[in-house]
Amino acid sequence: MSTSSEAVPQRHRRDIDPYRLGRGYGAAGYGGRGQDATGRGAGGPASKRVIVGFGFWIFLLSDIVMFSAFFAAHAVLQTATAGGPSGRDLFDPSRVALETAFLLASSFTCGMSAVASSVRNQLWTQVSLLVTGVLGTCFLALEAYEFTNMIRSGAGPQTSAFLSSFFAVVGLHGCHVTAGLLWLGTMMAQVFVKGFRPNIQRRLLCFNLFWHTLDIIWVALFTIVYLIGGGR
Amino acid sequence: MSGRREDLEPNGSDVAPGVIDAPEETVREKIGGYLLGLVFATLLTIASFYVAGTNLIWAPSIPIALAVLAIAQIGIHLAFFLHITTAPDNTNNILALAFGILIVVLVVAGSLWIMDHLNQNMVPMDQMMQMQR
Repeated sequence: MSTSSEAVPQRHRRDIDPYRLGRGYGAAGYGGRGQDATGRGAGGPASKRVIVGFGFWIFLLSDIVMFSAFFAAHAVLQTATAGGPSGRDLFDPSRVALETAFLLASSFTCGMSAVASSVRNQLWTQVSLLVTGVLGTCFLALEAYEFTNMIRSGAGPQTSAFLSSFFAVVGLHGCHVTAGLLWLGTMMAQVFVKGFRPNIQRRLLCFNLFWHTLDIIWVALFTIVYLIGGGR
Repeated sequence: MSGRREDLEPNGSDVAPGVIDAPEETVREKIGGYLLGLVFATLLTIASFYVAGTNLIWAPSIPIALAVLAIAQIGIHLAFFLHITTAPDNTNNILALAFGILIVVLVVAGSLWIMDHLNQNMVPMDQMMQMQR
């Protein structure tokens, strides 16, 4: 027990391969606790921030896989209009461009909130999160306007397989944006009340990953559904 | 790779260049990274909408061009907004992403491939109606 790090000569410490699995955590000179757990790379275990980010990234990838099923269904059914209106009749490219601009700008301001929170600036974190939320709300409003217009003109989800899959995939993305806005409001309140504690910072990191991933899904969505589908 | 002291230091050289709280990056540099990503993404978006409505390109190639532009833009988002890098502490993220891409490609391309073959093999609808009488 007492023959831990002090017993290891300095020369040997330097010769330790940092990428060898099972390298003693304590033997490398971090407190000499003598833990012998396997799988610790250079510098011991990864920081909690890295681990939390990885776990949330796994969730986001599973979300993307779920979206891929909706995309596959829509791509297969894009021409199954059953005599009803097609994408060429329904989609308005300028409104889609405006929606894209709102979401891209909100992704940028979300990144600004990450920069502001990394230097613990309360004012700019709140301002950029607020702008992100306003832009996201504008996006949702445009989408709701499009949906109600389509349903009123008789192009609702029950009209054809094409429209069922359209409302499913675009609506699913809209649900994600709605959930993201609720999360955003929660994060603004938490940052305001609790400040930049490490766990709040990690939640902000996860929210950032979520919001940027929604923008990535929107890129696939406007390309497949609106631009390619609008030409059919 | 000899075990230099810096190699063993947590948060020394073992930090992704894009990680948001990497100590060597100033606020100005971080904002610059996001701005660069925004510029690239905007240009690619404009290109997508232009390509979709243009007559300059041979029409059947437009979906391929749109797919290429979308993949490029997704790459820009991953690099500049999500900070997916080649750094050691990002290896797990990269591997998970690669697996996710594999599944997405299998689901989407597989569905399109199978359904296309089924459509080709299916009896035309008017003949089917005749057979049901």
